[in-house]
Amino acid sequence: MSEKTGTGDCTRRQFFMHVSIALGSIAAVLVGIPIVGSILAPIIKKPKPEWRVVGALEGFKVGGGYVKVDYVNTSPLPWAGVTAQSAAWLRRESEDKFIAFSVNCAHLGCPVRWIEGAKLFMCPCHGGVYYEDGSVAAGPPPRGLYQYPVRVNNGQVELLASPIPITTV
Amino acid sequence: MNFLKRAWLWFDDRTGLSGAIGPIARHAVPPNTATWFYVFGSATLFTFMLQVATGVTLAFIYVPSSSEAYQSLQFITTQTTFGRIVRGMHNWGASAMILLVGIHMIQVYLTAAYKFPREMNWISGVVLLALTVVMGFTGQVVRWDQTAVWSTIVAAEQAGRVPLMGGWIADFILGGDTVGGTTLSRMFAYHVFLIPALLFVFIGFHLYLVIKNGISEFPRAGDPVDPANYRDKYEAMVKQKGIPFWPDAAWKDMVFGFIVICTILVIAIVIGPPELGPPPNPSDIHALPVPDWYFVFYFAFLALMPPEIETYLMVFGPLLVGLLLFCLPFISNRGERSPLRRPWAVAIVALTIATISGLWAIGITSPWSPNFDAKPLTAEIIGADSGPLWRGGMDFNDKGCLYCHTISGQGGQRGPDLTYIGDRLNGNELTWRIMNGGLNMPGFGGTLNNRELSDLVEFLASRKKK
Repeated sequence: MSEKTGTGDCTRRQFFMHVSIALGSIAAVLVGIPIVGSILAPIIKKPKPEWRVVGALEGFKVGGGYVKVDYVNTSPLPWAGVTAQSAAWLRRESEDKFIAFSVNCAHLGCPVRWIEGAKLFMCPCHGGVYYEDGSVAAGPPPRGLYQYPVRVNNGQVELLASPIPITTV
Repeated sequence: MNFLKRAWLWFDDRTGLSGAIGPIARHAVPPNTATWFYVFGSATLFTFMLQVATGVTLAFIYVPSSSEAYQSLQFITTQTTFGRIVRGMHNWGASAMILLVGIHMIQVYLTAAYKFPREMNWISGVVLLALTVVMGFTGQVVRWDQTAVWSTIVAAEQAGRVPLMGGWIADFILGGDTVGGTTLSRMFAYHVFLIPALLFVFIGFHLYLVIKNGISEFPRAGDPVDPANYRDKYEAMVKQKGIPFWPDAAWKDMVFGFIVICTILVIAIVIGPPELGPPPNPSDIHALPVPDWYFVFYFAFLALMPPEIETYLMVFGPLLVGLLLFCLPFISNRGERSPLRRPWAVAIVALTIATISGLWAIGITSPWSPNFDAKPLTAEIIGADSGPLWRGGMDFNDKGCLYCHTISGQGGQRGPDLTYIGDRLNGNELTWRIMNGGLNMPGFGGTLNNRELSDLVEFLASRKKK
């Protein structure tokens, strides 16, 4: 049987080859879009920051040190369990002014601890240290601690639950 | 017996398996490869098989859910029949696999087995090394305790330093912008489906290449590789002097593999799996996420690199190492193979091992970390139980000094040992240093009142060799 179709340079065999490869590729792309889309969902779909109550106003002493407050993060799923918990360091500066810092070290995200006696935040991982205003006191952090917005609403202190701060360049 | 033999003959006739596998198993290999030097590649493969078997077993019981994985791990460890041993084998098997893959790579590099025509053997090996490392990391994460959660965050933060795309990669790793319900499912999918599938593919490819290019003969000094005639020479040598791989060479692989697997089993029984940390609660900040031993050198590297260039080191360092390994066979694929004629190769291996060992040794003690568990100084060490000296000693305990400085063997190692600081600095110098800080010390000017400062200075000035 002749392979020539008689129309141009494309032989019957080449035609079959091209059609087969094209069909396979098209099917892969069609299936690939939803697959890759689902896997990339976390970077496509962003949850909105939400205000979370962290305690009653009278529970925080003016001029006291930082206290750790726990709250539920921005995207709690029913099966997240204890991993939906987040924490921040919160201090009442004055009657209606609060300051809150992320517990994540600006270096590589380890949890910093407030050392009341030293008035410093210290990170256990790579030795980052911050002053009480969140600025870098020592160690490798490239910037100060991340601050979270705080507001007082109906006698409740609320913190804007935000993503884990990622230090980018 | 007769029936079994007839059954096998029937099966083999219909499948042709012995005809397909036999010649491959018995293919001729250079006689100088049938030595104990050549057992590490196969031993890596055996540990991989152990990981598959124990991993599948764990997957029978493990629950890959952010809220329940921890309890299922406790169940495996304390309640499942032999569960503790299986988890132990999976853990120590991972350690063994990392160790063996390292030895295998060093030996291939030292004997330049990556040279022509085995460039792709090396490159597929580099891919396998990378996949093994990812398995190691994801394996520590699916051990879903406190350290796992914080390790994931640290990994995301590192990825965050990648220019332009850092934030996206970080979110991709976390499975969102926080640790939570999505995180573990994704790590589980990497660890159990995606990476193992790639490992199977690349191990198959790697082994195929070993058969295709022939196992590399042990090099002789003064016998350089020349792509023009290497294959002919190799074929002629194997034809003339070759011995069948199975069983003449393979029995040593089996003996060594047996020892490795049994050692892992014994360690799993005697030591057991690593202790689970506290539950994976991201609001529990009393965490010190130190990775398993084979990543501790990198943990130390992250702490010790100069902050000014750390972003470049963190992002481009691993990339550069990967690229160098990948390109190695293209940098030199001919010439001498014997380590006796390649002093630089020996030097590079020695330097690499020394660097990793050094970082590893420092990483274990982590002197850069504040010592939160430091025992407070006692009246005996302070040398007084009242007065300014005593108060200064107490301030040293309470103001955080102790976390970073050691006095008389108690305290942290971040800053200098202050046991005899009174011999080095006078009162004014001490005051200045405490107020302003310096190098890696915070200034305490805003923290201490005048009396605390003078007490502290008096206490420190008294620290002298008697």
